[in-house]
Amino acid sequence: MTQLAQLARLIRSKNAGPFQLTFDIMFSDEATYQRVKRAPTLTRASVASLYSIAEADTLFFHCDNAWAVKISIPRPYIQGDLKDADSHGGQQYAPLMDIEIP
Amino acid sequence: MVQLKATDADGRKEVRILAPTGACGSGFVETSFERGLAQNPTFIGCDCGSTDPGPAYLGSGATAFPRAAIKRDIRLMLLGARRIDVPLLLGSAGTGGADAQVELVRQIIEEIAAEENLSFTLALVRSEVDKDWLSQRFAEGKITALDPAPPFDAGVIERSAHIVGMMGAEPFIKAVQGGADVVLAGRSSDTAIFASIPLMLGIAPGIAWHAAKILECGAAAVVNRKTPDCMFAWLRGDHFVMEAPDPALRCTPQSIASHSLYENADPFRLVECSGTLDLYNATYEAISDTAVKVSGSAFIEAPRYTVKLEGAELVGYQSVLIGSVRDPFIIRQIDDWLERLQERIHARVKMVYGDALKPADYLVNIRVYGKNGTMGPLEPVKTIHSHELCLVFECTAPSQEVAHAMTGIVRHQALHLPIPEWSGLITAVACPYNGLTRGAVYRFNMNQVVEPADPYEMFPTEFVSVRGADRRTNA
Repeated sequence: MTQLAQLARLIRSKNAGPFQLTFDIMFSDEATYQRVKRAPTLTRASVASLYSIAEADTLFFHCDNAWAVKISIPRPYIQGDLKDADSHGGQQYAPLMDIEIP
Repeated sequence: MVQLKATDADGRKEVRILAPTGACGSGFVETSFERGLAQNPTFIGCDCGSTDPGPAYLGSGATAFPRAAIKRDIRLMLLGARRIDVPLLLGSAGTGGADAQVELVRQIIEEIAAEENLSFTLALVRSEVDKDWLSQRFAEGKITALDPAPPFDAGVIERSAHIVGMMGAEPFIKAVQGGADVVLAGRSSDTAIFASIPLMLGIAPGIAWHAAKILECGAAAVVNRKTPDCMFAWLRGDHFVMEAPDPALRCTPQSIASHSLYENADPFRLVECSGTLDLYNATYEAISDTAVKVSGSAFIEAPRYTVKLEGAELVGYQSVLIGSVRDPFIIRQIDDWLERLQERIHARVKMVYGDALKPADYLVNIRVYGKNGTMGPLEPVKTIHSHELCLVFECTAPSQEVAHAMTGIVRHQALHLPIPEWSGLITAVACPYNGLTRGAVYRFNMNQVVEPADPYEMFPTEFVSVRGADRRTNA
């Protein structure tokens, strides 16, 4: 098992507009991407559970030509609203780093 | 109309686009820009706005980047575009694209024209939405929610400080066809700025919109971006080529393909006013160490034309108190302690203001850094081992005076709120200073689309003749 942070070239989060958050997990080579793509530990269900979001509200994509996994979820608070803590959505990816990949 | 240079050396159709930077006001490298100009662009485009800095900019009419930084970027773009006589298209003026922000950037353009003795035709395309018009559309059932969207009703329209519509490519095309050398537009789809002239010149929509999606972020799609910088594209019959003017910056098939992920919820589909860019069958091919050829991008026309709405409303006025806790007894019961603190604050506010300030009229939002300050309800780590916590108390009230007074109430209540472990008067919070004033705070209040009668109805265009020596006269 290897942690996702050791395999990815970049794990990032960002707003996709003021109402959604999106996560990009990007790899430097196809073999690593395919290894992660096969992993039962990085799925729509596992990410939804990690962030306490309903699976039905979680978008999950494998992007073969970009060697990337992409996930989008609704923001818990609208960007810039009184309780929002991350205007750009830039620091929401950290829990993904620890996911163990076989 | 301005004569556009859109053929290659052999006379075949080729639209060349220079994107100086992903955000006007964030800067770009002058030598890269000069290299881009030397590649004979058909036009220059730049996105000047975003919702990313938050709702305060659309709400208040201020700009996120400093005026001087915007002026620096526009001066270089304007001088470059006029020197080689190609159109300059600027969208989402002044961060939010509201009328006041278009006006602010227009003043910057006119100042530069006077200082540099430039004369040209400027098209101003406004995007602020008339509330009565929108209410009428709402009554006609022409407003549809995107997913997710906050609830929408007549009150949302009424409460908004500013509402803008996000224009498509058509108003840009109309402005260029009308003779504009420079188009300054209000809120625009980032991609529409760059897709407009290619579509006008007959480039396939899939090619035009996909190239636009990459160009609108400047050099963001290169492997090794160091600072905000330029991007350049060549759009042809069935493909486009992307390469940054700075030869040290490399585009690779993977870097270009992965750019469709950026700030977009769905990496394969990008929704515009007139349809959806479909990247399922896009292919990416390296044609050198620094350039990538893209083909197979498709565009699916929408059955109805829709314009996305953005609105911001005033929530109240805010003051902020910052403090910290080091006592492990308090840290281990922080949730309970803060709950008791909120009760104390409500009780004290009632004593001070009576019925003049009800709990529904104010909010004390407490962030706990060292616990879940960054992620709030998304934070999966529930057990903390922090030896200290930072507390940020944000007091939002109907007036600045009350908001500020509330930070005093919060401070005093927090300072001496007891815990069972100690007997006697405690001082529970370390505050480096007293309350700070944040001013007016706003909220984004819509993620809906409206169906206009046509793509131009919401975006009136005004042509202005800018004369460098004698300033402007209306054309």
